Amino acid sequence: MHALRKKRLSVVLFLLAGVALAVALTAYALRQNINLFYDPSQIAAGEAPVGARIRAGGMVESGSVVRDPDSLTVRFRVTDFQATVPVEYTGILPDLFAEGQGVVALGRLAPDGRFVADEVLAKHDEKYMPPEVAGALKSPSAQREGKE
Amino acid sequence: MYPELGQMSLILALLLAVLLALVPMAGAVTGRPALQAFARPLAAGVFVFIALAFVLLVHAFVTDDFSVSYVAQNSNRALPWYYKASAAWGGHEGSLLLWVLILAGWMLAVARFSRGLPLAMVARVLSILGLVAVGFLLFTLMTSNPFDRALPQVPTDGADLNPLLQDIGLILHPPMLYMGYVGFSVAFAFALSALISGRLDAAWARWSRPWTTVAWVFLSIGIALGSWWAYYELGWGGWWFWDPVENASLLPWLAGTALMHSLAATEKRGVFKSWTVLLAIVAFSLSLLGTFMVRSGVLTSVHAFASDPERGRFLLGLLALTVLGSLALYAARAPVVKATSGYTGLSREIFLLANNVLLVAATALVAVGTLYPLVLDYLGLGKVSVGEPFFNTTFTPLALATGLLMGAGMFSHWKRTDGGWLARQLLWPLAISLLSAAAVSVGAGGFRPWVFAGVVVAAWIVVAIVRDLWHRSASRRGRLHGLRRVGRSYWGMVLGHLGVAVTMLGVTIVTGFGEARDVRMAPGDAVALSGYSLRFGEVVTAAGPNYDADRATVTITRAGSDAVVAVLHPEKRRYRAGGQLLTEAAMDAGPFRDLFVALAEPLGNGAWAVRIQFKPLVRWVWLGAVLMALGGLLAVSDRRYRVAMPTAERAYEPPVSAPRVSNNQGAS
Repeated sequence: MHALRKKRLSVVLFLLAGVALAVALTAYALRQNINLFYDPSQIAAGEAPVGARIRAGGMVESGSVVRDPDSLTVRFRVTDFQATVPVEYTGILPDLFAEGQGVVALGRLAPDGRFVADEVLAKHDEKYMPPEVAGALKSPSAQREGKE
Repeated sequence: MYPELGQMSLILALLLAVLLALVPMAGAVTGRPALQAFARPLAAGVFVFIALAFVLLVHAFVTDDFSVSYVAQNSNRALPWYYKASAAWGGHEGSLLLWVLILAGWMLAVARFSRGLPLAMVARVLSILGLVAVGFLLFTLMTSNPFDRALPQVPTDGADLNPLLQDIGLILHPPMLYMGYVGFSVAFAFALSALISGRLDAAWARWSRPWTTVAWVFLSIGIALGSWWAYYELGWGGWWFWDPVENASLLPWLAGTALMHSLAATEKRGVFKSWTVLLAIVAFSLSLLGTFMVRSGVLTSVHAFASDPERGRFLLGLLALTVLGSLALYAARAPVVKATSGYTGLSREIFLLANNVLLVAATALVAVGTLYPLVLDYLGLGKVSVGEPFFNTTFTPLALATGLLMGAGMFSHWKRTDGGWLARQLLWPLAISLLSAAAVSVGAGGFRPWVFAGVVVAAWIVVAIVRDLWHRSASRRGRLHGLRRVGRSYWGMVLGHLGVAVTMLGVTIVTGFGEARDVRMAPGDAVALSGYSLRFGEVVTAAGPNYDADRATVTITRAGSDAVVAVLHPEKRRYRAGGQLLTEAAMDAGPFRDLFVALAEPLGNGAWAVRIQFKPLVRWVWLGAVLMALGGLLAVSDRRYRVAMPTAERAYEPPVSAPRVSNNQGAS
């Protein structure tokens, strides 16, 4: 009986150690790595924190994409047809990035209201729209209807 | 007419599956062999009709039957024939049909390779698989019928297969992955069947082991293929993104790995029985969860074909039924099952248990990171995403700990291991792994904790394997004879564990020393990267079978020399049918490093944005997976699985306590 109890104890201790380790690591890491999503209206209303890593998404406004001639910096505006946010990004844009398409950008909001992105995700194919973007575009515009 | 035939054979398959789910189970419960005997023919029948439906779907694709709306959405006349055929599983409906086809294939395999099993067991297992088939056939027919017609307006041409999917990696990746996902249904069915019968003995574990291992082999290959494809096609050189869909495949893999190891303990020593059963349920539930996440459209991903809430609800219902049903059965029956043998402190049992704790912790972590945003969103608490750093910080320590444990565990004996002896065995692996990590640090010109830890663990595993192999192959009749005497399942373990070390080393080195730069390049420009020089040439236009491309020429030389290492032609393609853009990266692949060039976008005046990357040992990431899969296959081919049981339901007999005698201690 003693051996059995000892065995059970060791099993329980192993499990507890594993669970404790997992919980501690998870709590620590989750706290640091959650990126909240904001749509342009929320950002314009000042709801988004400045300087924290967040995600912002909406439609790339037609005619707003401007490239820097000497570097890989691109500036464009993201809109939900109620407010727009200027986005600045240096790097390579995804193939599906285009004016009038939905995008999600990861980055930080600068104090002057610009959104400095370090990653830009575009929608993957014709049928697909990132759920956040679909939600951000509460009023479906004629432009979107025409696309389908 | 053919699509209707396909539809009808799917309906027939559904009817047969309903019979399969009811009749043999009724026979098993009431103890009537006559009813139990229906299991094998019914399983074969289900397979035949699903296979017929699948062949007819492929036929519709190959013959460009655009009156079938699924074909019209996912194919195009200009596609080469092999992409037409593989487009059959390029969309939601077809990939679901592939799912049930593979399920039926596993059913057929169980029916065929179960001669040594008691008929009642076969009846129960096939009935449970039949029940799963009913669920998914209903799902296919009710929400995602691939044979739906678009009449009367038949499009003259199809919308085209997503260009990302027009690739060899994507011809093979889904079938492999599904073979793994669905394969766990066999272990699941065996576990439930054992629960129902109340006989969770070693024989049950022995029957489940080869099936679990084969499913795991396919899943490993499937994941590796997906990662490899992402690397060269989608990911701009990234090979793992902790994307929810990747995680969805990693979850059953982690649980399946734990299951394989705990099955070993259950078979050899009759311990952890309840736990093993629970793991079998969890592994298959996670496979279903993966299917749900990928197919319901809750995720932002290339895999989420369409978001149809009805499909999501149906799949969620199936998932809930499976999980709740099997857990209820588990709760009702599991206490019946008791361990039959003891073990102490440092035994192999304890090492396997620790392995399971770590793997399950890793599974839980990945599940939390993947599901947390979904749950939060569902509850209306905001839209969040969990970033890669979360997974990297939490997964890495667990992976390293698992590796350390693996090295030590290989030396351990069943029942008990002498602590001092074990410590002496581990002295050499410890010394050599520390030395090699120090050497890498010196060579790289600086100490980096993660690189150091990764190299230590990888080297630790390799040295432990070699040392253990050396011990085991000792023989009075010479080393060669000793090596030959070592059983295949032991070789399987060696290869599998070696694969883990190789993948770990690859991940460590490519993460620690890889280099990526996004640059603006005009014709004639040259850029230096990790000791190489890349010169950008003219960009010309070229035409493919169904696309037009901008084609660049990049000449790579060693820095400071004119000797050409490679000439690469990265492309930017525009597919004619849908107008989609696709970046076709070019790489100079080698066993020790890849050089990777991708054309991003034209910047005017002939200049392009270009991503160039140096990827040391990136191939090892997948090579490791291949080794793991080979190890699994070797373990399954071991003699003892082919030897028929003397009396199939014989009770578990604890082996004589001479732990080193058997060669078949392979834990993989």
